Amino acid sequence: MAVRVQAEDFDAGVEMARLRAADPGVGAVAAFVGVVRDLNDDASVSSLTLEHYPGMTEKALEAIVAEARERFDIRDALVVHRIGTLAPTDQIVLVIVTSAHRGDAFDACRFLMDYLKTRAPFWKKEQTPAGARWVEARASDDDAAARW
Amino acid sequence: MVYLARLRDAFGRAGETLAVPAPARAADVLATLRARGGAFAAELAPGRAVRVAVNHAMARDDAELHDGDEVALLPPVTGG
Repeated sequence: MAVRVQAEDFDAGVEMARLRAADPGVGAVAAFVGVVRDLNDDASVSSLTLEHYPGMTEKALEAIVAEARERFDIRDALVVHRIGTLAPTDQIVLVIVTSAHRGDAFDACRFLMDYLKTRAPFWKKEQTPAGARWVEARASDDDAAARW
Repeated sequence: MVYLARLRDAFGRAGETLAVPAPARAADVLATLRARGGAFAAELAPGRAVRVAVNHAMARDDAELHDGDEVALLPPVTGG
């Protein structure tokens, strides 16, 4: 189980291979990659700056991963979240879960993303033609997390 | 105090040292800041979705504070 907060890009394939390499008990790998879109709330987005709360972010992510481990029968999990300024098509976040069977990998992957969206201290500021603006939290994200 | 994201912009500072009479709870800190008026009163008005973290862990408004605690105010998160 690991979490990383980094400015650098990540390679989902490399991370996936690494996560399951040493574990012959893995029968399923589920992964999610979040990507910067060029449109949000009807405004075109030229770039996105992600900031976080150093010191708390890693702890919050570790707590979310620990909760996933309690709720689902998983072998391992990795969360990588980028910070800094990103452009449309750039990768933002990576979640990978390994398990013996696909159900737990799928469920835990979705759970991790839903909880991350509402509990991990990251904030997005986007550049639009009208200037920079902080992204507003969405009620649909709260609803998604509440399902679990 | 640590002010994050939108709150840092609104308050014009990333943080500060705040003295409040002991015993203090998180709600007392919010009340002290609100009493300054302006952006503090507007952003921290009751009903605004601002969360409090004490020493890097989410805390409730009635969390007891101690000398030297790092109290952070977080707007709703938007990562992922």
